[in-house]
Formats: sequence, structure tokens, C-alpha cells
Amino acid sequence: MTTAPLSAHGARRGFPVRPGRIITWTLLFLGGLVMVTPILFMLSTSLKDASQVYDLRLIPEAPSLDNYVTVLSDGRFLRWFINSLIVAVCVTLSNVFFDSLVGYTLAKFNFRGRYLVFIAILSTLMIPTEMLVIPWYLMASNFGWIDTYWGIMFPGMMTAFGTFLMKQFFETVPDEFLEAARVDGLNEFTIWWRVAMPLVTPALSALAIFTFLGNWTAFFWPLIVTNSRDLYTLPVGLSSFAVEQAIQWEMIMTGASLATIPTLIVFLLLQRYIVRGVMLAGLKG
Amino acid sequence: MANIALNGLVKKYGSTTAVHGIDLQVKDGEFVVLVGPSGCGKSTTLRMIAGLEDISGGTITIDGRVVNEAEPKDRNIAMVFQNYAIYPHMSVAQNIGFGLYTSKLPEHEKKKRIEETAKILGLEKLLDRRPSQLSGGQRQRVAIGRAMVRNPAAFLFDEPLSNLDAQLRTQMRLEIKKLHQRLGTTIVFVTHDQVEAMTMADRIVVMRDGHILQVGTPMELYENPQDIFTARFIGSPTMNLLPAHLAEKAGRTVAEIDGLEASVAVPADYAKAASGSEVFVGVRPHDLVVGAEAGEGSFALSGAVSVVEPLGPETLVHLDVGGTSIIASAPGKVIPQAGQRVTVHATPGSLYLFDKKTERALCRL
Repeated sequence: MTTAPLSAHGARRGFPVRPGRIITWTLLFLGGLVMVTPILFMLSTSLKDASQVYDLRLIPEAPSLDNYVTVLSDGRFLRWFINSLIVAVCVTLSNVFFDSLVGYTLAKFNFRGRYLVFIAILSTLMIPTEMLVIPWYLMASNFGWIDTYWGIMFPGMMTAFGTFLMKQFFETVPDEFLEAARVDGLNEFTIWWRVAMPLVTPALSALAIFTFLGNWTAFFWPLIVTNSRDLYTLPVGLSSFAVEQAIQWEMIMTGASLATIPTLIVFLLLQRYIVRGVMLAGLKG
Repeated sequence: MANIALNGLVKKYGSTTAVHGIDLQVKDGEFVVLVGPSGCGKSTTLRMIAGLEDISGGTITIDGRVVNEAEPKDRNIAMVFQNYAIYPHMSVAQNIGFGLYTSKLPEHEKKKRIEETAKILGLEKLLDRRPSQLSGGQRQRVAIGRAMVRNPAAFLFDEPLSNLDAQLRTQMRLEIKKLHQRLGTTIVFVTHDQVEAMTMADRIVVMRDGHILQVGTPMELYENPQDIFTARFIGSPTMNLLPAHLAEKAGRTVAEIDGLEASVAVPADYAKAASGSEVFVGVRPHDLVVGAEAGEGSFALSGAVSVVEPLGPETLVHLDVGGTSIIASAPGKVIPQAGQRVTVHATPGSLYLFDKKTERALCRL
């Protein structure tokens, strides 16, 4: 038996450079660049003074944290930040609870009209927000919810998208898990909470991230439903920097940079659950 | 421990009937195996006993109490599933203890029970592990542990071994049987594997198309199958069936094997019970021995060897007998060659006669 020498192909195996891969990397790099550039400019502008704002150099001539000091020492920013946090956290918790409860019910219980209910919920996805704003406003006005936290939050407390997402995930949970708990004597609510919910953690994390981001950056509805500056959310408040006197880009960018911090924290906390395949470990194989 | 009684149990899915009014009595402490091919209604029956399926007719009685409307948790039974159904987000101890979730026992008592159960199942060193860190056999033991910890009146097993490899399956089979001998709890076990049924059951229930065909001890079913399906389903390799017809020969009734010179005498009373003249003569491969001496009244067949399967203690010999394929056996050291012509003999009393039309057993020959 002879030993074949290492082929040239074999020697290069550690560094496979195929044309397809070059194209993929190039496209990914360009895509990344498109995504990252505005963020870099946002950070860069936040470190410039008003006179340098239209200087498009990425690295400021004389970087300074003065803008951050100004924004943070302005009590309004902190107030808007807390308002946004209250709204985003409450709506996220509400979505995680109600969307998954309804999704679980639609996925795991057979009842008359189940399909109809699901279609009805899905059909609301086809109505644009702009069309819903007037009924929402009338409703908020009739119930006295204008210029309240509840007024900002109520349209998003439960969403068709979240219900759909959770239903799809709950359908992948094997019935045996639930039946085993049923035989063990748990009631249906406890089965959902203690057994089914931990099995869909990746979906819950995804839903929580989407909902938090959506509400943290929401502008249109909070602008309409709030009147007093004390109830502004961060995006609404930041926009007021643009209209009060002249547009203060450096302040807007500083506020926006600070506003990304919670979203980054939420993503960093939850991202590992998204990639972790929790559920299959308890099954065969 | 508990008696379980099924009376006229029916399950319908729309217009399809999955279980056709079956009757079964499971005695206290008995190990009963429901066996049959896929779709025969065995798992549906088990799920109805567990309360996981509504019943369409009849009654289920556990320990003298009709439980048709009772929730699964109110039946005092525990179930082990095919896919284990142990929770991946909980440790072994939490999984076993989950069976006590609704129990009002004090915490220290629960802990003691979990430890005792883990010890019985050899899991005491794995209590802090997650299911993903366990082998298939260990996961199955955790599932059994979760069922055991509650001290239920009866265990229901739904094909619990079918996801294990052959070696582990044999081991777990033994462990479940030992567990039953130790606990003495009533067990209803569902499987499609006749070897599992034969090796574990006190009594086997053979099901087909939603009907119970026969109930009996493993040896009763093996020795006296009441129909062709049971005869072929129980025992491995499966029973040979030779098409034959009843005829009068020299004043005696005989079953003449179609296409062959062979025939076998049939008692006149049993011949009369047949619905027509067409019958099957059945013989188990282990009763059809290559190289056996021809005794008085023995049944002989000759044919060419097509395939041999040496198993060690014995060899399975596939023969072509006048165009019909049959399986015979040979002692381990006798390994015929493919193409070789051999004669096989079966002793009197080892043949079965079945009515071709009704598929019912007529007698042993």
C-alpha cells in the first residue's frame, strides 16, 4: 500500500477560495457597510459641535462629549427616555403574554371556529396603520385615553403578527409534552406556562425583540395621542429638537445614539435564546 | 394497583371507526400488552384509558369506577410516551419531580421520593443533568421515573422502546419487566413488536383494524392461534402457510397441499367445520427441521435451498417448494448450501389447519 502525496487541492483545504464565496463575502460586506455607515455617522455627529455638523468626515476634528452632557443634563430627555421605556416594556410584556396565550390556544386546542378566528386575526395584518389611526383616536378620545400612557400603549398590547408567530411555533411543540403534563395533573394554564412556554423560548425572544424595537422607535401614534411634552416618547421628543428653533442635528444624533443603548441591551440579552435549539433535546434522537 | 375494564369501547373519528366496541379485563397487577400493526387501534385504546381521547361509546372502568368523563389527572394513572416527553428545560431531578407537581406532599418528602425513584432506575448520579446530556436509554428511564414517582394505580406505556436501538431495547425490556415484578403495578403496554409482547406480557391482546382478535398468555397465542393473522403475527420468523384443499382419500379426509405431492390427514369433524374445501396448512419454521429423521406420521417437504441465514444456535433455511417459498430451520452447525435439495420434516401435532375463507383456525394436525 502506498501513501499518496498531499494534492495541491488538499494543501489548500484550510483556505478554500472559491469564486462563489468571494461573491458572497463581497455582497455581505457591502450590505454590512450600508447598514453600519449611518450608525457610524450618527455616532460621529454626536461627537461634533454645531459648526462641524455638515463636515462629512467620519472622524471629528475635535471630538467632544459636550453634546452628551447637554442632552443628559436636560431633564426632558430623561423623562422621554423613561416614557419610552415604560411603553416599550409594558407592550412587550403584554405581547409576550397575550400573543403566546392566543397562539397556543389556536395551535393546540380543537374547537369550533378555530380556523375562522385565526383568519380574522390574520386579516387585521392587511389593514395599514394609517387607516387604523382614526378609529384608534376616536376610541381613545371616547374613553378619555388621550395623553395617557394607556392611550399610547393600547393599540399594540396584542398583535396579529405576534399571535401568528407564536401559533406557528407552538405547532412544533409535540403534543406528548402537553399530554404528559395533563396526565401528571396540571391544569391547562399551568401546562401552557410551565411546559409549553419554556419550549418556545427562541420564538418568545424574537417576539420580545421585535415588539420592543417596534415600540421603542414608534413615532406616528405617540405623536398623535400625546399632547403634553411630559408624555412624549423618545422619538417624538427627539423630533422636537428639529422644530423648536433651528434643526439641532448634533443633539438629535446624540439623543439617537443614547436611544440605541436599550435596544442593544435587549438584543444582547435575548439573542442567545434565538439561536439555541432548546426544544429538541427532550425528544428522540 | 388497579383493575381496568373496557366494555364495548368505541372510538370514532367522524365517519371512521378506529375502535369497534372492544371488551377487555385487565386484572390487578397484571402486565397486559396490546399488540398489532400500525393503525389497529392499540394506541387509541391506550389514550382512551389515559383520558387523552374522548370515547365514542362503551365504558372504561378503573378500580370499579367508571371514568368515561374523568380528566386524566383524576384517573390515578401514569403514562410513558414513545418520544419520552421529558422536558428539555428541566434537570433529571426536576423532570422526575414534575410528576409530583400537584402533589400536596411536603418538600422533603418529595425530595425523598425523587431520590428513591432515581435509585431504583440507576439515575442517582444523573439528577443534575439536562435531558440533552443523557443517552436514549437514560432518557427513557427518566420518563419512567416521572411516572413511577407518583405511585399510580396503573402504568400505561405507549411504544416506549421503539426509538431505542436493538441492544438497548433488549436491556430496557428486561428492566421494565423487572420493575413490574418489583412494583407489582398494573401495566398496559402498547407495541407493534411481537418480541416485546412475547417477552414481557402476562397476557397479550392481539388487535387488528380496531378489533381484538385474541387475548391470551404468550404461549397460548403461540401454540393455539385462533386465526391466520395471530398465527403469523406471533412468532418469529413468521408461520409458513401452504395453500391446500380438503379431499377424500382412501376413506379418510386429507388436506392436499396445492401443487405438491404432500398431504396431511384431517379429523373428519374439523373438516366438516370448514366453510369450503380451500384451507391453509400452517407450520412454524422452528417445527420444520432440515435433516430431522422421518418419524411415523411426520410431515415432509422437499425443495431447493434459496437462501440461508445462519444465526449461530440455528440456521434459517429458505426453501423453494414447488414454487412456494417457505422457511425451515436447521441446527446451528448444519448449514446447507444455496441450490442444494433438502427434505424437511415436521412432527405430528405441529401443523395447523386454517379455513381460507374465514381465516379461522380449524385444528392442530
